Amino acid sequence: MPDSVISIRGLRKSYGEFEAVRGIDLEVEKGEVFAFLGPNGAGKTTTVEILEGYRKRSAGEVRVLGEDPEHGDRGWRERIGIVLQSCRLDPYLTVRESLGLYAGYYSAPRPVDEVIELVGLGGKADDRTGGLSGGQQRRLDVGMALIGDPELLFLDEPTTGFDPSARRQAWEAIAGLRDLGKTVFLTTHYMDEAQRLADRVTIIARGEIVARGTPDDLGDRESLPTRISYRLDGEQVEAETTNPVADLHELTGRAVEQGLDLEGLEVTRPNLEDVYLSLTAEEAAE
Amino acid sequence: MWRVNGLALFAHQFRYDQKVFWRNPASVFFTVAFPVVLLLIFATVFGGQTVSVRGGIATDAYYVPAIITLAVISATMQSLAMSLVIAREDGRLKRGRGTPMPAWVFIAGRVGNSAIVALMMFALIAAIGRLLYGVAIPWGRLPEIVLVLVVGAAAFSCLGIALTAAIPSQDAAAPIVNALLLPLYFLSGVFIPDDQLPSGVIHFADAFPIRHFFEAFFDVYDPGSTGATLQWGDLAIVAIWGVLGLLLATRYFRWTPRGG
Repeated sequence: MPDSVISIRGLRKSYGEFEAVRGIDLEVEKGEVFAFLGPNGAGKTTTVEILEGYRKRSAGEVRVLGEDPEHGDRGWRERIGIVLQSCRLDPYLTVRESLGLYAGYYSAPRPVDEVIELVGLGGKADDRTGGLSGGQQRRLDVGMALIGDPELLFLDEPTTGFDPSARRQAWEAIAGLRDLGKTVFLTTHYMDEAQRLADRVTIIARGEIVARGTPDDLGDRESLPTRISYRLDGEQVEAETTNPVADLHELTGRAVEQGLDLEGLEVTRPNLEDVYLSLTAEEAAE
Repeated sequence: MWRVNGLALFAHQFRYDQKVFWRNPASVFFTVAFPVVLLLIFATVFGGQTVSVRGGIATDAYYVPAIITLAVISATMQSLAMSLVIAREDGRLKRGRGTPMPAWVFIAGRVGNSAIVALMMFALIAAIGRLLYGVAIPWGRLPEIVLVLVVGAAAFSCLGIALTAAIPSQDAAAPIVNALLLPLYFLSGVFIPDDQLPSGVIHFADAFPIRHFFEAFFDVYDPGSTGATLQWGDLAIVAIWGVLGLLLATRYFRWTPRGG
């Protein structure tokens, strides 16, 4: 596996009696944006913190950039960047100073001004971080993780709690990382985020992996039923079908014959959100 | 692959810690302005009287070393405990641990910052005492004064870092720190001259480092007519408390937020 940036075999993590991660396998390849999806409490953050070297595992094999994160040294830390799930900035430093402080921790940092442009904070470079919006602060978080020019970037729920415009801003910054050739390990519980950003998606629920694939073919989405909905005499009608072409033909044929108006007729393919909900619900029902 | 020199890294961290300290209105007020205000109040209220310690000395001459004691503890123990808890709960300590920066650089930068502020506060209070109240600065004993200040600053820095382990949240930081320090300032003679304190109180305060740091500093700053010199016993007790703090800090200090 020469191109494996992250390699996990049989990873387990217990807190007392509770097993948060119950034997998972993962491979993340060089240059991809890998989304690790799951509801709150599924074991996402535990897994990512083991990969980042913050937590010790209970069992299993873990390699990140060829090293065991539990024994990651300074040389290893030079090669990874971390955006934590929640981390405030120092309110008394400006954007430029925050990046300058972190640049000093690395032996070969990217130029501060270059990173400021990269995360789109050019107009805010000399503003104190306390005055930035949530989206701008998140972009600075990404900038601070990028300042050491890492090969691998961890983003732990980068847009949780954001309003739509802040999310869009953060997404643009993350999408830009792929163009830089970085490998990105993204955890999220938002489907649209994974769909928009990721090359590959893996879903974890209750500490086990329940699905993996690309955003398009995840969970055998092609074979899931199509939904047809409309209003008839003011009543909402919803139907699911695995044979949408024939069923739709019959429905509309009858409607034309009888002169019925199918108000708000819609045909929808299951989206990633539906797949995710069905996968994590099955798991929860066990 | 990395060639970042440890000392250069420390200087880098220290420079930013200084910047942040001086830009934070709360730290400047409580660490710098508050001791000055206390000195002015005590000197105004009790000025012109005599305290019957060390063969009888003017109240001003008593309060200058007393407030320097308080200012050093405030710049080290109090300031470190509060700022480290805030940084820890903000997630900033955790973020820093995710970089190649060694842990000791971060701690050294903060302690270095506290030590410099403590020495500066000594100079400031001593200068105000000299200019406003005519309390002489004992230049001849400067080496002993600096020795006591450095041992005190180091010990109370260690205690401040250790104390963070007992503080669960940002909101709890100020109440816990003040609940520990304020009574001890009173009982150790920093606010109330020790000739007015019952001996039982002094014995109680003797179990803690503030009293011994105050005594050691007072002896070298103004021995009065007793001709007292540096009491190594007092300084040793301060140092032992510092080592105890260091041990507790290395065992219990945490980089990750406790809340949430």
